[in-house]
Amino acid sequence: MADFEPRIVTFCCNWCSYAGADGAGVARLQMPTNFRIIRTMCSARVDPEFILRAFSKGADGVMVLGCHPGDCHYIGGNYRARRRIALLRLVLEQYGFDPRRLKLEWVSASEGEKFQKTVTEFVDVVKALGPTPLQKEAN
Amino acid sequence: MCRLDKTFPTNDCSACILSPKMADCGGHPNIDVLTYHEVLKVDGEAGDFKVTVLKKARYVNPSECTGCGDCIAKCPVKNIPDKYEFGLVNRKAIYIPHAQAVPRVAVIDKDVCMKLTKGKCGNCAKTCGKGAIHYDDKDEEKVLEVGSIIAAPGFKVWDAHVATEYGYGRFKNVVTAIEYERMMCASGPDKGHITIPYFKVDPNTKEHPTKVAYIQCCGSRSEKKGWKKYCSSVCCMYATKQAMITKEHGDLQEDIFFMDIRSYGKEFEAYIHRGEDEYGIKMHRGARVSNIEENPDKSLTINYTDDQNNGVSETFDIVVLSIGLAPPEGAEEFAKTLGIELNQYGFCKTSVYKPLETTRPGIFVTGAFAAPKDIPTSVAEACGSSAKAGAWIVKKDFEPCAPKKYPAEKDVVGKEPRIGVWVCHCGINIGSVVRVPEVVEYAKTLPNVVIANESQYACAQDCLESISKAITEHDLNRVVVASCTPRTHEPLFREACRDGGLNKYLFNMANIRDQCSWIHMHEPDAATNKAKDLLRMAIAKAALLEPLVGSEIPVTNAAAVIGGGITGMNAALDIAAQGYPVHLVEKEKELGGYARNFNFKEDGVAVKDYLKGLIAKVEKCPKITVHTGVTVKDIPGFVGNFTLRLSDGHDYPVGGVLFAVGATPYKPTEYNYGKDAKVMTQIEAESKLDAGQLNAQNIAFIQCVGSRNNDVHYCSRVCCASSLRIAIKIKLANPMANVTIFHKDIRTYGFREELYQKASCLGVRFLRYPVNDDLPAYDGKCVKAFDCTLGETVGVPVDAVVLATGIAPDRENKENLAKMVKVPISKDGFYFEAHQKLRPVDFATEGVYVAGAAHWPKFMDECIAQASGAASRMLTVISKDKLISEGIVAGVNPNLCDGCGVCVGCCDYNAVSLVKQQDGSLKSEVNAGLCKGCGCCVASCPSGALEQRGFRTKQIIAEIDACLDYPVGGE
Repeated sequence: MADFEPRIVTFCCNWCSYAGADGAGVARLQMPTNFRIIRTMCSARVDPEFILRAFSKGADGVMVLGCHPGDCHYIGGNYRARRRIALLRLVLEQYGFDPRRLKLEWVSASEGEKFQKTVTEFVDVVKALGPTPLQKEAN
Repeated sequence: MCRLDKTFPTNDCSACILSPKMADCGGHPNIDVLTYHEVLKVDGEAGDFKVTVLKKARYVNPSECTGCGDCIAKCPVKNIPDKYEFGLVNRKAIYIPHAQAVPRVAVIDKDVCMKLTKGKCGNCAKTCGKGAIHYDDKDEEKVLEVGSIIAAPGFKVWDAHVATEYGYGRFKNVVTAIEYERMMCASGPDKGHITIPYFKVDPNTKEHPTKVAYIQCCGSRSEKKGWKKYCSSVCCMYATKQAMITKEHGDLQEDIFFMDIRSYGKEFEAYIHRGEDEYGIKMHRGARVSNIEENPDKSLTINYTDDQNNGVSETFDIVVLSIGLAPPEGAEEFAKTLGIELNQYGFCKTSVYKPLETTRPGIFVTGAFAAPKDIPTSVAEACGSSAKAGAWIVKKDFEPCAPKKYPAEKDVVGKEPRIGVWVCHCGINIGSVVRVPEVVEYAKTLPNVVIANESQYACAQDCLESISKAITEHDLNRVVVASCTPRTHEPLFREACRDGGLNKYLFNMANIRDQCSWIHMHEPDAATNKAKDLLRMAIAKAALLEPLVGSEIPVTNAAAVIGGGITGMNAALDIAAQGYPVHLVEKEKELGGYARNFNFKEDGVAVKDYLKGLIAKVEKCPKITVHTGVTVKDIPGFVGNFTLRLSDGHDYPVGGVLFAVGATPYKPTEYNYGKDAKVMTQIEAESKLDAGQLNAQNIAFIQCVGSRNNDVHYCSRVCCASSLRIAIKIKLANPMANVTIFHKDIRTYGFREELYQKASCLGVRFLRYPVNDDLPAYDGKCVKAFDCTLGETVGVPVDAVVLATGIAPDRENKENLAKMVKVPISKDGFYFEAHQKLRPVDFATEGVYVAGAAHWPKFMDECIAQASGAASRMLTVISKDKLISEGIVAGVNPNLCDGCGVCVGCCDYNAVSLVKQQDGSLKSEVNAGLCKGCGCCVASCPSGALEQRGFRTKQIIAEIDACLDYPVGGE
């Protein structure tokens, strides 16, 4: 499994985490290439359906990144995202997915370094978990 | 600002928040940007000025130059110190001032260009494919007719060579703070890898620092020859910021040497604590550095007196001098040209009651030209002076510029997607990592793609024009650009689509620079694959995009100002001056606010007299309706359409709301206040003094009562200056009085430092007690505290104790109002603005503004300036006939809606409601004016009835599928 390169779908909110990802770029912080960002206006727009869709299409991991608690551009959207993800983790576990494949993290617009750290650590976690169980079934 | 790396207290990247503003100015239909121009003469008077300006020859035609930089590469004249980088690097004779320059156009330095000085060379003209170089360019004079003028020439950094004891210029590793800013900056000469300057001379020496020292007040707060007496206001904060950011570059020891730390601004105190506690920055309070010596290995030894008066020496790799702010270069000449006066320090002369006005009517001032100040204050004042300047234009029956005309939008409904793709090299930013031609070829294989091009700079005018043209030529109905980030550049490309007759929402962007080439610089294969994936995802979503129209929202052309103090009244007058009705609401029976308690003079005029005049002006103003003795019940509505519901039962429609509700004095529980007749507040002391009833020979002032402790973390900003003002009055009336001020730091920032000097000269004693939670002790006869300078506890007998009580936020009152319009309160209990730096008087909720002490404790002149700033922001809304809402709002499909109402509870903006239909069923409805387009309700809908335009479920699913349906990196 040494050469396993996970595929990770990352949802970023427009105001904080997407800006934080840009900030990582501005500061030239280097990180693994395994993730692809999909921008939504708020982490609360991330419908659990999107996450399930990503897993069903073969994603090895999904990250949802939002503004810090209390800092949501839309007042409280990130709190709602937090509740939804907490529930979804329970559901994933029941379906045989390691809930660690789904990560929720807060990254502010100024936290390029935190973005880098979050991505790097998550890639390591997913690498350790190995390919998605769906992949194994397909094989 | 574009030369700074980061900005305090948010540590935002400076260039990233400034560049979009510069681009906005450059592209605004009502703004003519005249760079490389000089003002020669100002004739006429307010409302009718004739300004003669000199357009300097730049030898490059700005409308032809694309800023490609080919000419610069071919220029043979090197080694010209680059002023933008403070001489840290060299430039050519032809150059673009910096990467984000607006306009991004080359200019020839005529003093060093070989063609212009010797008639030889001409490489740049030969190289330029556009023929933009014109050696025969001449200086040109022209006359502008304007109604008003705003002077904003900024400041100059103090020349550190004057401080010979610090060895700047002699010792390579002593740098100024602004140079250090460039050294830290990712776009600076060291690409953000802080390098010890001497390493560049001798690569055998140490490359990166392990110890950095910051020396405060370099050029400020001193009587020394060539130094400035005033405090430069921003250095304590920027040094702490630099130390924090340096720490993020690597683990190292950092020491800041200062007299007082002046963190008086919003959330500044918390920032300093973070620096000290989280980042481990060593703070040397009360430590004046006497001199610096250079060691044989070029490290630097600092000699200073520690807080116990011991001589100490310590060695560092780099010493950063926190240089102060001086009046701008040529300020005297500039002032003469404008016909305005300067103050004793060489800055623009203003007064406390008219902080934005120069001495010549119709000419206003903003930013550091009036006094050293930070970015948020400058931004708020900039808005304020534009309100002031605007009033003169309105009076002249000013014809607003005609709005830009666009071609009719192409009908795309039901048509097959035809997508045009542009992939940007961004100079070498993308192209040196991602193989752009390969990505372009790949794009051509994707469904619906009609054309795919590469571009050196997609944002350059030539490419934008080619996008607009291609929309017609290739009958495109979608455009995708793979380049930088939509956060800064989407509006630009959307505009190009609109110019080509395409609805701006039919555009999509793939971020292959900030989120690809910049973060995977050493993996060209993986980065190229990722760029392909990102582009494929963007194209998949683009195919499903629909044209959107923001709905038109009518606007009520009237304002509500809550709070009838100095801030509220000034804001009301500024709004009324431009012809709009204002409802001014004051809960007390009379106008005036807290300033009614003030017993002092500013600029020789008693505050009470000023207040009387101001109230009379407000009451006489036909546009202002004053509502006293009433409170606000509710403010339902949204931007442009609020209803001001008052406790007297009346409703008034308004377009915007300004909170100028002030704050409240802290009511002391300390020192037996209220029971011990000797103990009083500053206001009480001042009225007693004025009435001749302060019968005391020994007076102690105790600072920071109700501020800077474990319960109230912030500094109340105004107490130091107030104590000093009263102490001076006491000493002038009775020179034999013993006046002692017990303080943690004396925070007389800016020109208020004058008070500190005057008080010291008059013999006021200062006793610095430790910065912790304990206040000086008082036993009814004597005030006792540990004197940090003497290193022992000192007792002072007292007949009067004056408490410098801080400003409390009056949180409850603020929260009541905040709930009505959904605006946030900061952790300290003051209103929390949309962006500390760039939108200091706006709330994230549109159409709601804040000014004065409701925002943060501040002085009267600062309240007045900020009031004008908020008035200006208010005018941007209420002066319009209609607003266009963002197109990305939520919408409901009534056929799918079950009326469950989950979405209603979800919306923080009350934009979603259940409405009874004709058949009696309940259906959810979205108010497009209130909807902010977060999409929270959409994700919550169990029946899929809600959709967010521009972020439809099927569009996002298409992105997810495009991301995963292919192996990484495409085929």
